[in-house]
Amino acid sequence: MNFDFSDDLKQLREQARKFLRERCPSTTVRRVLEGPEPYDKALWKEIAAMGWTGAAIPEQYGGAGLGHLGLCVLAEELGSALAPVPFSSSVYLASEAIMAGGSEAQKKDWLPRLASGEAIGTLAFAEGPGKADVRKLRTTFRGGVLSGEKLPVPDGDVADVAIVAAQGDRGVILTIVDLKASGSTRTAVETIDASRSHARINFESTPAEALGAPGEGEALLRRVQDRAAVLFAFEQVGGAQRSLEMARDYALQRYAFGRPIGSFQAIKHKLADVYVATELARSNAYYGAWALARNAPELPTAAAAARISANEAFFLAAKENIQVHGGMGFTWEFDCHLYYRRAKLLSLALGSTRLWKDRLITQLETANAPL
Amino acid sequence: MDFEDTPEEAEFRSGARVFLEKNAKRREPGSGMVYRAGNEDPAFRKRAKDWQAKKADAGYAGITWSKDWGGRGGTAIQQVIYDQEEAKYAVPRGLFDIGLGMCIPTLCTWGTQAQRDRYARTALRGEEVWCQLFSEPAAGSDLAGLRTRAERDGDDWVINGQKIWTSGAHYCDFGVLVTRSDFSAKKHKGLTYFFLDMKSAGIEIRPIKQISGQSHFNEVFFTDVRIPDSQRLGEVGEGWKVSLTTLMNERYTIGGRSSVGVEDIFELARKIELDDGPALKNEAVRDKLADWYVSSQGLKYSHFRTMTALSRGETPGPESSIGKLVNGARLQNLAAFAMDLMEQGGILTDPEVAPLAAVFQQTLMTSPSSRIAGGSDEIMRNIIAERVLGLPPDVRVDKDLPFNKLPTGQK
Repeated sequence: MNFDFSDDLKQLREQARKFLRERCPSTTVRRVLEGPEPYDKALWKEIAAMGWTGAAIPEQYGGAGLGHLGLCVLAEELGSALAPVPFSSSVYLASEAIMAGGSEAQKKDWLPRLASGEAIGTLAFAEGPGKADVRKLRTTFRGGVLSGEKLPVPDGDVADVAIVAAQGDRGVILTIVDLKASGSTRTAVETIDASRSHARINFESTPAEALGAPGEGEALLRRVQDRAAVLFAFEQVGGAQRSLEMARDYALQRYAFGRPIGSFQAIKHKLADVYVATELARSNAYYGAWALARNAPELPTAAAAARISANEAFFLAAKENIQVHGGMGFTWEFDCHLYYRRAKLLSLALGSTRLWKDRLITQLETANAPL
Repeated sequence: MDFEDTPEEAEFRSGARVFLEKNAKRREPGSGMVYRAGNEDPAFRKRAKDWQAKKADAGYAGITWSKDWGGRGGTAIQQVIYDQEEAKYAVPRGLFDIGLGMCIPTLCTWGTQAQRDRYARTALRGEEVWCQLFSEPAAGSDLAGLRTRAERDGDDWVINGQKIWTSGAHYCDFGVLVTRSDFSAKKHKGLTYFFLDMKSAGIEIRPIKQISGQSHFNEVFFTDVRIPDSQRLGEVGEGWKVSLTTLMNERYTIGGRSSVGVEDIFELARKIELDDGPALKNEAVRDKLADWYVSSQGLKYSHFRTMTALSRGETPGPESSIGKLVNGARLQNLAAFAMDLMEQGGILTDPEVAPLAAVFQQTLMTSPSSRIAGGSDEIMRNIIAERVLGLPPDVRVDKDLPFNKLPTGQK
């Protein structure tokens, strides 16, 4: 039994933690949250220069070939630091989609640029508030052009390339669009978490290429979402852990009624519950990592369990962190809200807990996966 | 990252498989409850003792015990591997958990070599069964509040008082006992620890009927029971320190196996018809099933992380206690929800009538004890908060007072 990351990857995690602690303190997150910059460009360059953006991309396409386990440990640290960069969009979504469904030419065209961080990618799926039902997408792809509106698209305002889910002639299809070419309009939109930028994109007969074979778009999209779910789960576990630590530290230093508030069972038991949720999420994420790295047939159930667990743990940790901080917890000045925002953002990024629960049970019903 | 054994582990596992295949029968699927709940039955105890002797002779009892205790001198991961393999077989389980898991390790840690030689091997072979006499009516979570009195009389000690929640007291041969020998000392300082023959004169045992209808526990009354001083473990007044040896082993012993699993609630949801079809198709039901699946997976892989630590020779910390904390409430809620699916018929307990042989109705009644025995949910949360997260202990109003000056709420 060796259900853990290797010593090399643990060392990578340590390096990442140290780097981000120095280079991405909460003042960096706040600069993006409060200012006009859509993301921290200098930080993005440094991350890319260290090979993180290409961690899971094979060397033949300019990646570091570290594999997905390496990406998992990086994701945990990026989540812990709330790094205000388009990492998840470009790496977990666009690069994964191209690796999973792209032709050789598409891979050669985009992966080296995504790996080096020179290009930013994203995946455009949602079409406004309401259930993003993959079979009822209004965006169309016919005759080589896309038409429709995507909202919100993570990093849609800064991305160079988007993987866009649309209705094709034979059902759902993923397409790949060069956003720097003409034919699309992008507008940055306001969201609950301005430390990560989002946009509305309108396609008006925008030239695009199919990604993957016609008729297989839905399966491909699911595969990409499953893979991304594991990576997002690591970001969420990182965020949950950090929220728990903030709450613990505050509970130790804040005195009320002549005692540190952390000596009251109302606080201790609350934080014990956050700890338990975070550990369960971590264990589920580990299993997701195993399935992701092996491309195991268990990936859909493992990814769904990781996502559900992580959604719940991070939101629980973030909201109870505010609660433990009392009045200071809901001030702009304290950092609690940064985690609270990010927790809710990430819990919707790939679809809600409700949606993933349904997806999980459908898997268990049909795949006869071991219970 | 993988789930594979190391070559040494694989070799140990295959040895265990050979032993089990030769000496035991494979378990039928879905019969998890059957092989555990029989300690009250003399025929079950006989089978358990026979099986234990076979295990001991083959070196699969006391795997982690050192050789001078009569054990194998093996590793914790070997114990886990053996347990995994044994779980596939229909063998009697549970009779020796407390004795071998808690009592004998304490005796071996604090006793003399002569005592180890006399008691460890016979316990390991199942010839003598041990129980633990710790909790009292007024000392549960606050164990150090115990008041069973030990008074020195020549070479003996004379014991008066009452213990409670003693599993198996009526069929056990020996017990470990913690008493108060000095009522004027501070709470944790006046305790003294013994082991004794459960057939000693002056011991009266009364079973406690639980809400499940079963009687796993007893009250034990001591009236002028004499224990020779040679059966004292640790110094006079140092009984708390000795008790910690016993307690450290406890959470590892209790709360591992569940009577009902996610597969059972899935099966029920397939069978039960709601207005709009099988319950499994109902969104509210799916939401709950997903919760239980995700938490059971989370526990399973947390356990794998603990095993990984064991496999590397590391000692898992108190974080391994989350299993007991999560499982108790989880089983209780799962059972209650399953019964809701059966509507008014959910109250029926006849195994011929209630789905899945009434496993949910039984679990409703057994799950409260799993949230309390071996450290209540509240104590487990304190342990996590204090030992894992480093939060301060409770303010203790009783710490520095002599025991006989403490408020008791009974005066």
